[in-house]
Amino acid sequence: MAGTSPSSNSSRPAVETRQLGRVYKSRKDVVVALQGVDLSVNQGELFGVLGPNGAGKTTLIKILVTLLLPSSGQAWVDGLDVVTDYRALRHRISMVSGGENAGYGLLRVREQLWLFSQLYGMSSSAARSRIDELLERLGLAEVANRKITGLSSGMRQKMSLVRGLMTDPRVIFLDEPTVALDVGAARDVRTEVRRWMREDPTRTVILTTHYMQEADELCDRVAIVNRGEVIAHGTPQALKQQVDEDVIVDLQLEPGRPLLDALRAVEGVGAASAREEDGIDRFSLLLADDAVLPRVLSTVEGSGRRVTGLIRRQPTLEDAFVKLVGRSLHEEDSAENGA
Amino acid sequence: MTQYSPLRIFFKTVVARAYPRVIATWRQVAWIFFDMAFPIVGSLAMVLVYQGLHAPRQYLGFVVMGGAMLAFWQNVLWSMATQFSWDRGNGTLELYTIAPTTFEAVLLGMAVGSMITTTIRAGVILVAGSLLFGISYASGGALAAIGVFLLTLAALYCLGMLLASLFLFYGREAWHLATALQEPVNFLSGLYFPVRALGSYVAGGASLVPMTLGLDAMRQLLLPGTPVFIPVGLETTIVAIQVPLYAVLAGVALRFLETRARSEGKLVTRWE
Ligand SMILES: Nc1ncnc2c1ncn2[C@@H]1O[C@H](COP(=O)(O)OP(=O)(O)O)[C@@H](O)[C@H]1O
Ligand SMILES: [Mg+2]
Repeated sequence: MAGTSPSSNSSRPAVETRQLGRVYKSRKDVVVALQGVDLSVNQGELFGVLGPNGAGKTTLIKILVTLLLPSSGQAWVDGLDVVTDYRALRHRISMVSGGENAGYGLLRVREQLWLFSQLYGMSSSAARSRIDELLERLGLAEVANRKITGLSSGMRQKMSLVRGLMTDPRVIFLDEPTVALDVGAARDVRTEVRRWMREDPTRTVILTTHYMQEADELCDRVAIVNRGEVIAHGTPQALKQQVDEDVIVDLQLEPGRPLLDALRAVEGVGAASAREEDGIDRFSLLLADDAVLPRVLSTVEGSGRRVTGLIRRQPTLEDAFVKLVGRSLHEEDSAENGA
Repeated sequence: MTQYSPLRIFFKTVVARAYPRVIATWRQVAWIFFDMAFPIVGSLAMVLVYQGLHAPRQYLGFVVMGGAMLAFWQNVLWSMATQFSWDRGNGTLELYTIAPTTFEAVLLGMAVGSMITTTIRAGVILVAGSLLFGISYASGGALAAIGVFLLTLAALYCLGMLLASLFLFYGREAWHLATALQEPVNFLSGLYFPVRALGSYVAGGASLVPMTLGLDAMRQLLLPGTPVFIPVGLETTIVAIQVPLYAVLAGVALRFLETRARSEGKLVTRWE
């Protein structure tokens, strides 16, 4: 009974989880990596899982691709239970992880991809033509006969994407596929993912990222994960509406005393985040209305720091995240504990 | 998406996993030279020791045959059983796991892929050793010996799969265990002397490794005058039983430890 998906077959979701949880136990400690996750992803969707490092994104992916068992709850992919129907499920999925290093260095790109295609039973000739087609599209045709060890990290990552796509999975899981890639390579990866989905409208992509803009531009819907829990989900548009009422202001300051906590304490400041770029501190503030701005500026003045720039701008997904989580995506969690 | 039959996937996986091993043979010829040279020198050194001790001529034959068999055992242990530790380290194990193939197929592919190198190595030891020390074999037993050899090989590889299941789960710890066990196993399985010399209890225990009985049977067939531990027929029967026994055990262990490993997160490669 555990194997049946709760939804009817015809319109079944590509991915569904119910109160999904995962705990890692070691001799030293117990880590709750995932907790009470309820998700439903439709066929044909490009679904983003957005969250800071350590949020539990990879854990979620690894449960869905049958590498990890959940500690609690249930999950189905393409209607199959990830715990009881995992053998059947493995025909229908693939996974690509950012920074992946799998395979055999002495093989050439084409050979390595062929090797993995065989694990799915593809005929060698069909695999070869599919591989060549995908390599061509990702701009890797020239390195098709190069050994894996001679690839740049961007090329390697694109090769991994080819591996994921070539077996024509029903659902593909991309775990931070553009992490540490240069702008061009990241764009190529995103373009190819989009194109691959257009080829067949029932194909589904689950993509994790900690790049806000990637989630905003690429994904049909996004779940925001923080400390193992889904704290919001919806279209990027809907998530941004969370901060529609707010006034969003970016402040640039010369370096000086810490200010973030003081700004957060100002009445009418909904959320604040800070990051440093090229020796300039940039603060993003969510204000309840325009009237809050003078109070903010007097707080800054009181700290003795000088404002070098001030912009009012449109809300981004990042702002929604900051409002929901209380800190920016790149801010260390531990800072709050005083660690 | 086409879903192919398990049998088709099995054979394709074996061929695919064997491929990089075969390629390695071509692309790393220099490395192979050293890889072969050391075991050969090892066996030959043992022969010289026996010669110095004026051991009976047969003993030289024991060493040469043992050295040849050792090549296969080392292949099982180091090219197959421990391979999962490496594969886990770089994330390849994750990809094998989530593919609709089986670990058995992957492991068999490894074994088949290194068969060429191993067979050459064993052949060189056998031919060079036999010619160098003028060992003569009873040609009447040759056919039977080849049969026993193939059976032993099958049993060895099934045992290798069983061991590999441990590496699936224990990784590093299993590696240390394999290293620690290597010399005692080599000794106990009677690589360099007839296993009879160990006494029946020890020899009986050592018989868990198929190489022990297989090698003893081959020696009895090819080197007349080998002290009889158990008659050839019985030795062969036991090895023949070990083949399906270890195969089934390996299957059960791989399934069981895969589930344990999924539960404890042991198949996952962490990048941080
Ligand atoms: N194998 C593991 N053993 C113990 N803890 C782990 C393991 N994998 C992940 N964790 C912990 O679980 C939490 C979630 O990790 P992860 O799923 O990798 O997050 P993300 O992918 O969002 O960065 C983190 O606190 C991480 O340290
Ligand atoms: Mg991760």
